[in-house]
Amino acid sequence: MSDLVSDNLNMQFTTPSGLVVHALKDVSFTLKKGELLSVLGPSGCGKTTLLNIVAGFLKPTSGSVELDGKEIEGPGVDRGMVFQQGALFEWLTVAQNVDFGLRMKGADPTETAKKVDEWLEIVGLAGFGDTPTYQLSGGMQQRIALARCLINDPDLILMDEPLGALDALTREKMQSLVLKIWKETGKTIMIITHSVEEALMLGERLFVMAPRPGRLHKEYHLPFAEMGLTQDPRDIKKTQHFSETREEILSMIWDMEEEIMGGGSL
Amino acid sequence: MSEFLFEQRNTIVAFLIIGLIISLALSIVKGRRVMATERTDLVFGNPAKALGGWYWIITGMSFVMLIWFYFSWDAARAYNPKAANELCQVAKVESAIKPMRSQFPLDKQNLRGTDLIARDSAQLERINNSLQTLALQNSVKLEAAAILTSLHSALVDQANPVYMKASLATEFKSIAARIDSLTANFNDPDFPGQPTVAQQAAAAAQPGWGDTGKEIPVLATTPLGYRYEAIAAEIRLIAKDFVKLRNTSPHLLAQVADINSRIKDAKARFKADLNISIEEQEARTRLYSQLNKMLKRIDDGAIYPPNSLDDIQSSLVAFDKTHIAQQGSLKAFDTWMMPGGRIMAGNSACSEQGSGRWLPKPSDTLGTLMRIADPDIGFKDIPLLWYRWQPVGGMIAFLFPDWIAELVPGDYPRHTQNGEIKSNFKSNVQDFVTGNYESFSIPVPMGHMWDSIIRVVIGLFFGIILGVPLGLFMGLSRFAKGFFDPMVELYRPVPPLAWAPLILTIFGIQDDGKIFLLFMVAFAIMVISARTGATGTQLSKIHAAHSLGASHRQILRRVILPNSLPEILTGIRISIGVCWGTLVAAEMLAGTTGIGFVENVARKQSDYEVIWVTIIILGVLGLLFDLIMRAVITRTIPWRGKG
Repeated sequence: MSDLVSDNLNMQFTTPSGLVVHALKDVSFTLKKGELLSVLGPSGCGKTTLLNIVAGFLKPTSGSVELDGKEIEGPGVDRGMVFQQGALFEWLTVAQNVDFGLRMKGADPTETAKKVDEWLEIVGLAGFGDTPTYQLSGGMQQRIALARCLINDPDLILMDEPLGALDALTREKMQSLVLKIWKETGKTIMIITHSVEEALMLGERLFVMAPRPGRLHKEYHLPFAEMGLTQDPRDIKKTQHFSETREEILSMIWDMEEEIMGGGSL
Repeated sequence: MSEFLFEQRNTIVAFLIIGLIISLALSIVKGRRVMATERTDLVFGNPAKALGGWYWIITGMSFVMLIWFYFSWDAARAYNPKAANELCQVAKVESAIKPMRSQFPLDKQNLRGTDLIARDSAQLERINNSLQTLALQNSVKLEAAAILTSLHSALVDQANPVYMKASLATEFKSIAARIDSLTANFNDPDFPGQPTVAQQAAAAAQPGWGDTGKEIPVLATTPLGYRYEAIAAEIRLIAKDFVKLRNTSPHLLAQVADINSRIKDAKARFKADLNISIEEQEARTRLYSQLNKMLKRIDDGAIYPPNSLDDIQSSLVAFDKTHIAQQGSLKAFDTWMMPGGRIMAGNSACSEQGSGRWLPKPSDTLGTLMRIADPDIGFKDIPLLWYRWQPVGGMIAFLFPDWIAELVPGDYPRHTQNGEIKSNFKSNVQDFVTGNYESFSIPVPMGHMWDSIIRVVIGLFFGIILGVPLGLFMGLSRFAKGFFDPMVELYRPVPPLAWAPLILTIFGIQDDGKIFLLFMVAFAIMVISARTGATGTQLSKIHAAHSLGASHRQILRRVILPNSLPEILTGIRISIGVCWGTLVAAEMLAGTTGIGFVENVARKQSDYEVIWVTIIILGVLGLLFDLIMRAVITRTIPWRGKG
């Protein structure tokens, strides 16, 4: 029983000019252990707000989120987070970044060193342990961020547009890595993205969110993530099912954007 | 060793200058050759072109050193050490003849007599014109006008050859003849003969050029010098005799006596008359004083008939020509090798004027540095930078308060009947806490430089250990920012030196006041840097640390502090610079040690060499601090600008 349960989440911000923005309205869902969820939506639909609430960085105005039956009240080790720009500590080496969480816990150093080596192996950075992080490329930095989060063995992994800043080729490789980790560790993963293809590839389940107020608009159950474990992602993208779903979601988001741009009011 | 080098400095400088010229030339050749190979790359502003180029560094350094050697006249001294002494003799001749020359249209346009006539008759004219506007009785006006007319004729009659004093013509002739004979002596290679033994001994005993400061040996030491020295003595006498001459002919004396009695008479009548209005009283008082003044000017007899001085003038011109011709190559040397000024002769000494004076010679500056760097000499009885053997016991005792001994039970030992004093435990403890026992000594640096450095280091240290935590706190807490910001911002914008008088009054002019002033400077900078660093921490990094399980304390220590390090280190670097500047100024204001103090004393004594020594020391130390900080920065925060 390590489900993530969101119950009638509401989030309201007051802007400095006094306007009340409804960032999330009545968001309810349940994410079972081992599920891979991607969340997609136009900008301003509250997807990052949702993630921040789950991570514990924000407190919802009303409603609650529970992980394993415990209400989330703040950031915790049970939920690992991967940020868009990596958010690595550039004054530390790769290994020091990866074992940061374990060191903070005061874990056994020998044990830690072994784990670091394992995880660097998994993310394909074996032998980079003593390299300063600022010398690495964007893709490598994201791998470190992934390893840093996974070494803590969290129940839930949250990713905030983790591949947004990478070039197309690196992005595809990273997508395979995420799928591989998902399969091998059986972790629950929640990914925020603004790329429709990425959402389709990395989503066993996919939420499309709508803006103003931010809410769940439509849910998909998709086979592509499972297929991606065995097949070439480019072949998957060529299938008719993939392209139809992509077009459907695209037009859905397009309509939402249109609505905001033309005639929509704050 | 250093004395030997100082004595041989002229030779060393001579070779050094040749070396500098060669290295300048070679590095220019090398640089141009490299430039020629790079010419194919036509992209202007290619930053790679600014890399390397040690040969241009050599060019620049050699150029600066050559300029310094040249304008400080060190080059002149190196190649002709006697030049200053000879030029001093030349200057003596010039200063001796000056009073005489000023009578003639040699250095100026007019003969002195022409100037006097022009000036005095203009003044008489002005007084005459002002008569009409004054509130005077008509009779008084007429009388005054008559006196003015007489004054004018007394003035112009001096220029009339008919009235010239009889003896003057022969005296002028005699002076012209004396100058002519001197000119002849000038051209005589045997003049004035061999110097006496006493003369030679005195000349040999005087210190050389710049040996003891800025002085130039004043007694002649070369044949040319002897000649000029003798000529100077002669021409001084001639000039003295000439200046004494006066055109006081019987005609002039009679005129002066007449005018004098008329003014006196008028004045007496004015004094006796009681019915004069106050206005007229004032006007007449002023008028008579003006007339008296004019009379005193005219009775000088300083005007001669227009052509009476022609003989003397042509003698002087001949003398001038010889005087310049006899200098020969020395004149060219003076012009080309001693730029920016010249050597002047005073009553008893010769001195360098212009850049030769305020730009000390590099060799002398180095000599001064070496002299005051000698711990036995130092500056004002304090070494520049040296060490002193300090017993360790005293330092350990510094850590323990003296009253510890009082806490030990028992009494201090009392002397016995034999006069012996036996120590006991209590007295041993007392000896320990006061450092009153034999202990080995270690060297402790002391002196002006060390004092300045230690003040900066201590002020900086407290500024950092108090400023950084407060700055981080202000960067993370709204309360702290709001509460402490006004306090810091109230004193920070005030220039540190504006605080100095107050701080030095409160904390004393010794170390305490200066250290506190520097602490204030460093503290404000460190608070602001640490605050900027803390505020600049990306939220995502703090979030990441949070979700990796770090506590608040761990985030502060492991994320926010290292993330602020670049700002903090930059702050330290800036603080060092500002502290250094403030310290020197504060030391100039008050105190008895420190580099700033040395410079201030040197300024009061016009000791340009010491001033330059302190400038160089300050520059080198400032550069050293900055280099250390740069090394620390590249080593500690290699990720800066790459995160």
